[in-house]
Amino acid sequence: MFKNFVITCDEATTICDKNQYGEATLLEKIKLNIHFIRCKICRKYTKQNVRLTKIFRVHSKSCNSIKHCMNEEDKAALKKQMEILNN
Amino acid sequence: MSQKEILLEPNTWIDKYADYLYNYAVVRVNDNDIAKDLVQETFFAGLKSAKNFQGKSTERTWLISILKRKVIDHYRKINSKKGQAEVRMNFYNDGENEGNWLEERVPQSWDNASEKDIETEELRSQIEDCIDNLPHKYGMVFRMKTIQEFETEEICKELDITSSNLWVIVHRARTQLRKCMEDNWFNN
Repeated sequence: MFKNFVITCDEATTICDKNQYGEATLLEKIKLNIHFIRCKICRKYTKQNVRLTKIFRVHSKSCNSIKHCMNEEDKAALKKQMEILNN
Repeated sequence: MSQKEILLEPNTWIDKYADYLYNYAVVRVNDNDIAKDLVQETFFAGLKSAKNFQGKSTERTWLISILKRKVIDHYRKINSKKGQAEVRMNFYNDGENEGNWLEERVPQSWDNASEKDIETEELRSQIEDCIDNLPHKYGMVFRMKTIQEFETEEICKELDITSSNLWVIVHRARTQLRKCMEDNWFNN
């Protein structure tokens, strides 16, 4: 029965990654915490992952404040092509 | 007349929708040229199938639905490319050590200096470099989830993948990014 709770480092870090977005299930979190008891490496991975998540979040904010527009020259060229195709 | 029928006016498309479609594409594919191509293909496809437009949705909604197909096609194209092999493994994938950390990929301790976490132009460009080093498909999914902060369900729908597929990709992307940031930022 306990065997069902034993996961590999690959699986543990997958859960940890999912948890960075708050989307790991309760069962997954239990499995992850059981894994932590015997795995120092994945504990370290998790700590670093949390740090990265914070950094990514700040990065995301500055990326999303930019609105991307198409270059005016490209628009003009595209307009010409459209006119040709439309006639 | 019960309802005013919406008519297509292709000669106004560029002025009205080019930026909107372009922004939609660029946040998904993160490449100016690919985004430009997708928008162009969308307009051309719109022209070609204009006669099928039934006037049930707005022009913009209709064009976006075409662009959405183009984004899926693009994702499938990069998904089927041989680039898959570029993914560096972080764990043994067979034998008795299956699922354990590969020795050379075991996380190292990081420099704890807090200035490493403060956003600077340098940090931004390092993150971007590391994401760009990922296989294209991984970068695309990682960005949509982490940078654009889309809901899991939305990404799955837009790229036509399952959620377990998405998490495997996010996991591989993040383990590879961790290593890249370790080597080039935290312990540099």
